[in-house]
Amino acid sequence: MSEFVQYLISGLAVGCGFALLGSGLVTIHRVTRVVNFAQGMFAVVAGLTAGSLLSAGLPHGVAEIVAVLAAGATGLLVGIAAIGRRGTSPQSALIITLGIGFLAYAIEIMIWGDNPHSFPGLGGAVDIAGAHLQKQYFLVIGAAALGFAALGLFFTRTYLGKALGACASNPYAARAVGINVTRMGLVAFTLGGMLGGVAGVLVTPLQSLSYNSDVLLITNGFAAAILGGLNRLGPAMLGGLALGVAESMVAGYYKASYQSVVALALMLAVMIWRASQHTALHEEAAR
Amino acid sequence: MSPSETARDVASPAGAQDSAPAERPVITVEDVVIRYGTATAVDRVGLTVAAGETVALIGPNGAGKSSLVNAIMGLIRPAAGSVRVHGRAALVPEGRQLFPELDVEDNLRLGAWPLRSQGAKARDTTRVYEVLPDLADLRRRRAGTLSGGQQQMVAFGRALMADPEVLVVDELSLGLAPLITAALADHLRELNAARGLAVLLIEQNARLALDLCTRAYVLEAGRIRIEGPSRQLADSAEVAAAYLGGAAEPPGPEGDDG
Ligand SMILES: Nc1ncnc2c1ncn2[C@@H]1O[C@H](COP(=O)(O)OP(=O)(O)O)[C@@H](O)[C@H]1O
Ligand SMILES: [Mg+2]
Repeated sequence: MSEFVQYLISGLAVGCGFALLGSGLVTIHRVTRVVNFAQGMFAVVAGLTAGSLLSAGLPHGVAEIVAVLAAGATGLLVGIAAIGRRGTSPQSALIITLGIGFLAYAIEIMIWGDNPHSFPGLGGAVDIAGAHLQKQYFLVIGAAALGFAALGLFFTRTYLGKALGACASNPYAARAVGINVTRMGLVAFTLGGMLGGVAGVLVTPLQSLSYNSDVLLITNGFAAAILGGLNRLGPAMLGGLALGVAESMVAGYYKASYQSVVALALMLAVMIWRASQHTALHEEAAR
Repeated sequence: MSPSETARDVASPAGAQDSAPAERPVITVEDVVIRYGTATAVDRVGLTVAAGETVALIGPNGAGKSSLVNAIMGLIRPAAGSVRVHGRAALVPEGRQLFPELDVEDNLRLGAWPLRSQGAKARDTTRVYEVLPDLADLRRRRAGTLSGGQQQMVAFGRALMADPEVLVVDELSLGLAPLITAALADHLRELNAARGLAVLLIEQNARLALDLCTRAYVLEAGRIRIEGPSRQLADSAEVAAAYLGGAAEPPGPEGDDG
């Protein structure tokens, strides 16, 4: 029982990171139709930046916020490179984000070296149902919940959020009412960068990050995002949480080395299922 | 001729100009050419709409009407020529083009995007519900679930939210029941009469268009073939034959190039 609670809570905390990353992917894809392979990099940049700022003496809170803003700025730069030029297709933009991901490795190694970094989060632990749980888990879950609530309010309550939704819903109509769809795409990239950044600063105290941690993060974030067809935030969030818990259970009860297989298996299953749905639809339509 | 001749300026209303027509123009299209790859969809077309004027653009399917509309709205870039819009043009696009997942209220509010610097008051939808009262009951319905006529009404309301000087309507009647078309046409007349809203109406139903507008252009295969006052066009044998159901066969090639 105590083990189960332990795996559940730690899985949820890690899953929050996946969910945030997946939400960033969805936010960007809905508006731009670009699958952003640099999404994991935002988390790495924010995590490593927060660590450096904390060792430079900035207090907790400030360091994390600055790091998230830095990730947002990184997102904007990736967006400019990916969709800033007129007529770049989403497929070309995808390749650009992939390329930027590798370029970022070089820059990150120059700044932070190639060793894993971490920083202490909220110290201490609590005992619940016999399980010894780090307080950081709860901080991560609480902060992520706040982040999701803010994101939800942004999309449903603000004019800018609605305009982003309009670009996702019908880009031609969005342009017809005067919305600059490219600029909205850059807003989406900035937002995606910040979401990745929040994931990075929350998760780094739990598991140290190095320049190439983005692979693991993007794999899980993508698996979560694809549950909603890369276009729906709800499934991406729930998918991220479920993945985190499932992987934590697999690692706890079975073998840690198998946990990333969970994400890959889920991703393949969803993609095959969706592909079969598509073929079925096409065959239906062809009749 | 350089392709960068295209000018789009949202200029402040130009004062009385020396040789300009009596009415100040809200849309001026000069020698516009639109190409898709190597195919020329619009070939050196000129067109003006004056403030408060109602102008029809008729012509068969594929004539280039929507292409011209998209160029006027700045949605596509002409290969040559110039498009000027003085003040604000708002579009009721062909096929409605709503945001299907959003409700009617949000669809309307997004129409006020060009006024976003003016704060929340500019996005107040009550002024549209006053003009189109049928929409008020639908305000929380998702636009994708509405009937064609209701959607066209939302598209109208969304365009009006921009407080335009000129309303560009691409295919008013397409796919709509005659009664609904008539109601929308009445709304257009009313808006034009009460507020001096200029209208550029693209319409397959030439009778409706000539009836609603004071001046008209006939576009065929990318070129303006005939232009003039609606009454004159309605009386012309050529127009009657091709667009008013006067004859079965299209006009012969003997007509001049306008
Ligand atoms: N996006 C496009 N790509 C290629 N060809 C197009 C495109 N849009 C329109 N066309 C072509 O341009 C011509 C004019 O089309 P359009 O402007 O839609 O005419 P209309 O609105 O009068 O029916 C047609 O031959 C059409 O096939
Ligand atoms: Mg058309």
